[in-house]
Amino acid sequence: MKSRSSGSVIRLAAPLRALAQRFSFLLLVLASIALMMVGKIESVSVDSARARVTDAFAPILDAISRPAATAARVVESAVELENAFDENQRLRAENARLLQWKQAALRLESENHSLRGLLHVTPEPSVSYIAARVIATPGSSFVRTLVVTAGRRDGVRKGQAALSGAGLIGRVIEVGEWSSRILLLTDINARVPVILANSRQRSILAGDNSDQAKLLYLPPDSPVQVGERVVTSGDGGLFPPGLPVGVVTAVSERGVRVLPSTDLARIEHLRLVDYGLPAADLEPSPESR
Amino acid sequence: MTATFWQRLDKAGRNLAPFAVTVMMVLVGMVPVPMPGYAPVAPNLTLISVYYWTIHRPDLMRPGVAFVIGLLQDFLTGGPLGVNALLLVVTQWAVLNQRRVFLASTFALLLFGFTLVMAGAVVLQWLSFSVLNGAALSILPALFQGLLTVAAFPAVGWLLIRVHRAFLNG
Repeated sequence: MKSRSSGSVIRLAAPLRALAQRFSFLLLVLASIALMMVGKIESVSVDSARARVTDAFAPILDAISRPAATAARVVESAVELENAFDENQRLRAENARLLQWKQAALRLESENHSLRGLLHVTPEPSVSYIAARVIATPGSSFVRTLVVTAGRRDGVRKGQAALSGAGLIGRVIEVGEWSSRILLLTDINARVPVILANSRQRSILAGDNSDQAKLLYLPPDSPVQVGERVVTSGDGGLFPPGLPVGVVTAVSERGVRVLPSTDLARIEHLRLVDYGLPAADLEPSPESR
Repeated sequence: MTATFWQRLDKAGRNLAPFAVTVMMVLVGMVPVPMPGYAPVAPNLTLISVYYWTIHRPDLMRPGVAFVIGLLQDFLTGGPLGVNALLLVVTQWAVLNQRRVFLASTFALLLFGFTLVMAGAVVLQWLSFSVLNGAALSILPALFQGLLTVAAFPAVGWLLIRVHRAFLNG
């Protein structure tokens, strides 16, 4: 507090300061709204700025995500220890079943190989994988993305598919020098051209910020069944056809819901896949496909 | 010349504490926790920090500071630019206007005040995302996030009090 002698100055300064404060508030609110507009219009430059900021903070995010991952692993291993016997039984059964599948796969592979030889099929372009660790989730209810520790210098490009364990989880939307951002299948902005494995019905898988995605543009009488597998169709040329995406969990009046085949909440590592497809810039060019 | 260069540097460093702590909250809030359904409802630690510092050190948590932190959060979370900036600026303004009430009150009232602020934040966030996406989104995840944030408030508040006492000696 100041002394009484400067009371008149305070009396004059207080409203002025209040005015300045109110003005700065309004100014900042307007700036925020302007930024929302800019983000909508100038999304390319915003993306590159975002990639740079994410790059700058990636080392810190990497450092603080490590203890959390370790703690989670300790808790998880304690739980696993408890279930070790049951898990062992289950794995034995699964292993026996997988060995049968392996035989089938080997037989099909040799058959496929000889048929390809007969038909002179051009070999598919070689696929390279980039492994990356997840270092950040948005911590927001309205955004479903991941930040991973691989960027331009590791060969990551915009539009590459992100796979984890059982199937597709999303695609790269933003690439920094040593970090990049993955848009998950369940984000409201995600659209993936898919095909239903049994009924061969083409559709678009669209996220809506819930744990399951929905299928768009299905004809009303399409014979979709619960439990049907959903794989990428390869339309648009962004993803190769046949990547597993998920399983249909509900068919109702309100639409068809698809559960992604990977638990998107528990991804620690993922693979970014470069299929060498010519649509990496997301621009619909005439010679792509 | 009342303070030497080092004293002033020390003071400036200490005055940076609210900003630094809030940025840390942004980063800690983004740590991936491998728990089903956690990421969408992770507590909004940044909001707690802005609330706390606006009540206790409004001179160090100015609207501009809140704006910069919100902008950083927008950049890092990958959401549309400006949403968190708007959220934190409005929060800072609302809390500052009612600061006298909060300063004199008990912890229970502080928590109640935060619940109100969080409720406002949930609605504001939901509104801006719905407008930006051009569709009515579900407000439920945001509501759960709000509840979790209120639940995390006592623990985070305690931590902030410790930081406050350590760097700005109460």
